[in-house]
Amino acid sequence: MGLIARHAEAAGISTLCMSSALDITQAVNPPRAAFLDYPLGHTTGKPHAPELQREILVQALEGFTSLTTPGAVKILPFRWSEDDPWKRTAMLDGDTRVPRDDTPQYQNDEDRRRAEEGNPAACPVCEVSA
Amino acid sequence: MQLPVEYMTRIRDNYAKLGYKPYQWVVNMEPPPWQPLRKPLNKCRLGLIASGGIYVTGQVAFHFKDDISFRAIPKDVKTTDLRTAHFAYDQTDARQDPNVVFPIDTLRRLVQEGLIGALADHAYTFMGGIYSSRRVREELAPQLTARLLAEKVDVALLVPV
Repeated sequence: MGLIARHAEAAGISTLCMSSALDITQAVNPPRAAFLDYPLGHTTGKPHAPELQREILVQALEGFTSLTTPGAVKILPFRWSEDDPWKRTAMLDGDTRVPRDDTPQYQNDEDRRRAEEGNPAACPVCEVSA
Repeated sequence: MQLPVEYMTRIRDNYAKLGYKPYQWVVNMEPPPWQPLRKPLNKCRLGLIASGGIYVTGQVAFHFKDDISFRAIPKDVKTTDLRTAHFAYDQTDARQDPNVVFPIDTLRRLVQEGLIGALADHAYTFMGGIYSSRRVREELAPQLTARLLAEKVDVALLVPV
């Protein structure tokens, strides 16, 4: 994602990258970033916690004005839980590199049916660009 | 507070154990480009780009073999129509509440509250974990940047997984 941020920024768009992985973000070195120390899959908060999600985004977006050094990362002051036990197992059962093919991986069969029908009413912008 | 997880080390070890070729992390030693904010955020049009494999029901889902395609998602999409397809993270919570990887309700609320000027007509999504950083640099990044420019965004929020 940092590569896309750098590209957009060079084209004149101010960018801010959220991050759950501080080491990866610092390596790719995007213009601005906000690090939230949550498990992967929760880049902008916990589920069904709209007030928390709002507070996280407000503090992150504040980085657009407070970050003044290219490559700076704002560390957001939120913790997933006391002692963060998730960190001990993070990634251990994540990407298992199962065999890959180019079959679309629908969340459910109804999605597959609607996509294969190509029903325009189902989706106003069914745009796929490769 | 515990230190952040060292993902690069863990993923490198994990792939080695499974016998796959190592993921080549992008390391940029040179400083990033810099575009200062031209106007206050409450006057800005914001574009959202997310890499959590989000699609709208009716769209073709992402596949797991070097997929560098992207989807355009209307800014007024129904949240309950959002889906995810991704090989590298636990999607349980994202499928319960897409806002954890695609903060569309949060952003719409911040526009209503006046903290952000407006949202671009579309958010753009893809599936991260792409092996080829060259294809991201030469194909995906220019295409997404062109979309942001065409939608006249002032600022972009990028949400990886």
